[in-house]
Amino acid sequence: MTVQFNPNENMHDQFHYHNSAKAIARFPFPFPEDQYMYSVNIEPVVSRPDSIFEHWFDVDEHYVTEMNERRLTLQQDPKRCIIMPHMRQASWDFLEMVMLRYAEDYPEHFQLERDGLNWHWVNQPLNIDVHFIFGQADSLPMEPFEFISRQFQGDVALLDQRDGDLFMDTGMITGPADWSLNFDAGMSFKQWHAPVPKLAHNLGVFERALKFLLNIQVGQPYRRLNWTMTINPRMDTSSETYHLWGHERGLVTAENAGELVHLRVELQTMPRLARSNALLFSIRTYLISLNDLTRNPAWAKRLYRVIRDLPEPIAEYKGISEYREPLVQWLSQFDGVDE
Amino acid sequence: MNPTVPVHVTRIHQVTPMIREFTLAALDAPLQPFSSGSHVIVQLPVEGRIIRNAYSLLNAPYEQHQYQIAVRLQENSRGGSQYLHENIQVGDTLNISAPLNLFSLNSQAQHHVFIAGGIGITPFLSHMKYLLHAGHSFELHYACRDGISNAYEDMLMQLFHDQVHIYSEKTQRRLDIDALLSQQSLGSHVYICGPERLIHAVVDCAQMLGWSKKRVHWEAFSSPAPGVAFDAVLSKSQRRIHVPGDFSLLEALEQEGIEVPNLCRGGVCGQCATSYSQGEVEHLDHYLTVQERSAQLMPCVSRAKQGHCLHLDL
Repeated sequence: MTVQFNPNENMHDQFHYHNSAKAIARFPFPFPEDQYMYSVNIEPVVSRPDSIFEHWFDVDEHYVTEMNERRLTLQQDPKRCIIMPHMRQASWDFLEMVMLRYAEDYPEHFQLERDGLNWHWVNQPLNIDVHFIFGQADSLPMEPFEFISRQFQGDVALLDQRDGDLFMDTGMITGPADWSLNFDAGMSFKQWHAPVPKLAHNLGVFERALKFLLNIQVGQPYRRLNWTMTINPRMDTSSETYHLWGHERGLVTAENAGELVHLRVELQTMPRLARSNALLFSIRTYLISLNDLTRNPAWAKRLYRVIRDLPEPIAEYKGISEYREPLVQWLSQFDGVDE
Repeated sequence: MNPTVPVHVTRIHQVTPMIREFTLAALDAPLQPFSSGSHVIVQLPVEGRIIRNAYSLLNAPYEQHQYQIAVRLQENSRGGSQYLHENIQVGDTLNISAPLNLFSLNSQAQHHVFIAGGIGITPFLSHMKYLLHAGHSFELHYACRDGISNAYEDMLMQLFHDQVHIYSEKTQRRLDIDALLSQQSLGSHVYICGPERLIHAVVDCAQMLGWSKKRVHWEAFSSPAPGVAFDAVLSKSQRRIHVPGDFSLLEALEQEGIEVPNLCRGGVCGQCATSYSQGEVEHLDHYLTVQERSAQLMPCVSRAKQGHCLHLDL
């Protein structure tokens, strides 16, 4: 499948970002119902052709843009990439998985040749062409985890599995939805989920999710969608840069909401990394302006109802409370009957 | 729920008079890679039923083209090991599960201390090959019986001479658990695989010496023990099933076409935990807490107490 990469996009400062008709049509709208509540919404990774679920790792028109954003963010703040020494095997497992999947699923853009441990990797969109020895870190220009993560569309965390728990011991996170890898690094599953509203904890979703994740088998990954909202098509909404984007929530009015407010959906994919027994937690982020999203009348109507009735602790946690009123006012135009 | 893959047997090697090693290779799709300490569930058609036994993979995780398991012939068992010993030939096909690891190396250990009893050596063979490659520090303590359960003794002595300690009649040495654990530094983790009494002895000793539970890892590799027959009432589907003495509750449910999610079939992973409302349970799992046991049971290993009928939320 050939992907047309959007030229000259940027997801910070002046913002120049565009979703094609195709990207809008395949956007992962995350609401199966008119209300939203926390649940363990995990499903097996099953391919659905012509959708973002076709391949394990979706590569789309924003690939080159996002890799460029990542490069700039890492330049500003190298701590967006943290690698703990005991995650070396997991890093190679991840590199292997990405190269194999990308080369198989997008052969027009990525190629991998293997002769034993002598590997030849070509990433055409980013003009990378390297020969290296698999398992030998000094045969690559940088740490294997950093090398492959700079070419992987989406954020990455490698979770070490031990003591019946998961630990965020390696990651490259340049597009988080208001969290910080540097803060969460080394934490256990329950520790890094502590800020999520109490009602999710009371429902027991974290106990069930953890038990489930610990038993994920090699070759049988699972996935889930998560969502929030972002003002402007900004990729890097990390805690570290809050001063750059937090105040923008105050700019939303009932007139400009369609242009300013973006639905931010994460496709989280969780495969077992075979030789290390670590778990990969990959986060592919999709951003869409509400102007584009509401071209689909069913989505527009449902989004209105979801935002209107969203429990306050969830709205607060997702940072929507501050502009919920003008947003709901703007969205109300899409729902003829106010039940 | 649990997809199986067909593999064919490419080599059978009699390791001791009681232990056979089977080498398995892919039939259709390439084998999934695995981490050291992983096991697979092997399906064995015995007397009109499918017995599912867990066996540790003993080869190096870097070998991608094959899996190796070693099977001890068990007397007084349900016939799975006997079937593998007596019926399976080179070229035969077996159905196995994807690898699952419930006995992995702990990344925080500075030194790994392995204690094996008999056929419990198998996961450590894979661990040691992996650690040799990764350059980490370990030692093995292997209690076995000459000519019966001393699988791989010679190979181990050749490959890992300085790290391996054998306890048998031949070596005239006995494993002194207390002395072994007492001399370890705080960065050591201990791993046990073997008979229940060996596991208990090490776990108890570690506790007495004040070891954190996080530094003690063990794997019981037993199949569900046969017990007394009982009946189970399935409240939701309004059915009553009989569980014969040599069937686990999980197997009896499967025999009746009732699918319960499951993975390890040994009371460890927690996947098959099922709610019940009536009846007294003989809990044999290593997963549920005391509180959880008042409302849940693990049908892969647990049974009704004698004279009781279980009411399950199925």
